[in-house]
Amino acid sequence: MQALLISLRSEFYKSRKTLAFWAAILLPVLICGMIASGTYLKSEKILGMNYPPNVLWMNFAGAALGIMGSLILPFYVIFMAFSVNNIEHKNDTWKTLFSQPLNKFSIYSAKYLYAVLLIFICLALFLLLTYGSGHLLHLLNPRLRFNEFSPWELLSRVYSRLFLASMGILSLQFFISLVWADFLKPMGLGFIGLIAGLIAASKGWEYAYTIPYSHPAMALSMRKPGPIVIFTQEIYSSLIYALVFFIIGYFIVAKKSIK
Amino acid sequence: MSELAIETKGLNYHFGNQKVVDELSLQVPRGSIYGFLGPNGAGKTTTIKILLNLLKSPEDTVFIFGQELNHNRIASLKRMGSLVEQPAIYGHLTGKENLYNRCILLGVNRSRALDMLQLVGLSQAADKKASAYSLGMKQRLGIALALLSDPELLLLDEPTNGLDPNGIIEIRNLMVELTTKHHKTILVSSHLLAEIERTATHLGIINKGKLLFQGRIEGLQELNKPTLEIEVDRLDSASAFLIERGVGATLAGNCLQLPYDSAAECARINRLLVQNGFNVSGLKQKKKDLEHLFLDITNPN
Repeated sequence: MQALLISLRSEFYKSRKTLAFWAAILLPVLICGMIASGTYLKSEKILGMNYPPNVLWMNFAGAALGIMGSLILPFYVIFMAFSVNNIEHKNDTWKTLFSQPLNKFSIYSAKYLYAVLLIFICLALFLLLTYGSGHLLHLLNPRLRFNEFSPWELLSRVYSRLFLASMGILSLQFFISLVWADFLKPMGLGFIGLIAGLIAASKGWEYAYTIPYSHPAMALSMRKPGPIVIFTQEIYSSLIYALVFFIIGYFIVAKKSIK
Repeated sequence: MSELAIETKGLNYHFGNQKVVDELSLQVPRGSIYGFLGPNGAGKTTTIKILLNLLKSPEDTVFIFGQELNHNRIASLKRMGSLVEQPAIYGHLTGKENLYNRCILLGVNRSRALDMLQLVGLSQAADKKASAYSLGMKQRLGIALALLSDPELLLLDEPTNGLDPNGIIEIRNLMVELTTKHHKTILVSSHLLAEIERTATHLGIINKGKLLFQGRIEGLQELNKPTLEIEVDRLDSASAFLIERGVGATLAGNCLQLPYDSAAECARINRLLVQNGFNVSGLKQKKKDLEHLFLDITNPN
């Protein structure tokens, strides 16, 4: 456990100047900032629609969620899985990493956990900034009645689903990025997978849950009325993919130093 | 307590069908500077990777301070510092940050990183990105990283690669200081004997995965059998004459060459030649320099 925490600290330390790390913060700040600015600037038009507070919230939060779930989140996950591994490929540091007096599985798990934490930070910021910016908009323009409905539970459930739905892609891309050191293969395969996943999800293919890249888009689609259930078929599928490829990835890493 | 810092017993290692380490039995005494010599591709780096458990060795073949490596991986690695092939450095971090990152992994105080930077002469470049370092600077940073945990055993794979003559001398002095003052053990690999013959106390010569020589550096000299060179006229007839009398002489340029046995034997051959009408103008006892001896050992043909 201590080796895992030490390795995790090191992952944060060495990655803190990389795009993958900053993207976890910048993406939600920029996207939520743009949506809030747009809403503020177009507030008269929005007020003209006379939406009830709950619909106002859905439109506002849905703008970030729609673009996030279908495109930005999967892309970010693909890029980050590449970046976390590429830092070792590029600098030829796998051998140094594995010659430290630390358990090999801890070193690998810390890398994976670091990626999971970045996705968590990114999505948590999306949730907090969406919620916070809605209330800020109400303070700036009290006629925007964001204060009259609390979307907290709904949003936290949707973002939890998105987080869990991205785990399958993360493990698969993590595995691909471990096998291939170059940029094109992990990114290219991820891009193809993402397109296939989006098509499968949008066409409502009954086996779309078997494609990890479909999971975030499926996690956003509300098929049944009523409260949002977190654990559904695609979420279970995502978690199974995550576990399987996480384990396979370890064997790839364990063999990695044989060069 | 084992007197050996490293011991391998009949170690074999294959890459596919190719045998890269062949019945290797290294014995590196504590406190020594062990020069691990061999031409490129001899199996030095593979052996070092095995010693670091980067490549898995068969059980009961590798012992670090008397402990079997596979069963004591973490405990053994705690006592080792290493520099394998090119130094592995994060290019987007500064030299100091590279050391700080390693401090996190090793649980070492950060002040130690600054001491190491000073030791390898990189204090001035501490805040420069490592990707902008010259090869020599990267090598120094690699050595600083290897020394960071104050390990008892250092494995240095061609540490003077890319260093200028001053840098080479500094590393040499550093190795001597580490063993004499701080009682470290150093295994240093090289493909040049000249580079380590001045510092190494022990040598292991490897070629095609096989250990061809191992022992104190003076022991290598003992292998070095002297030859007798005779400057004489009518070389061909003199050679034939000596062979007829059971003295195996060969032509070597403008003189005859034969194994040196003793001063008396030398005088007897001289007398034999002179008494039979040959004009002997010179008799010389010669020893090969170590570099040539090393080449002969690693490449007998």
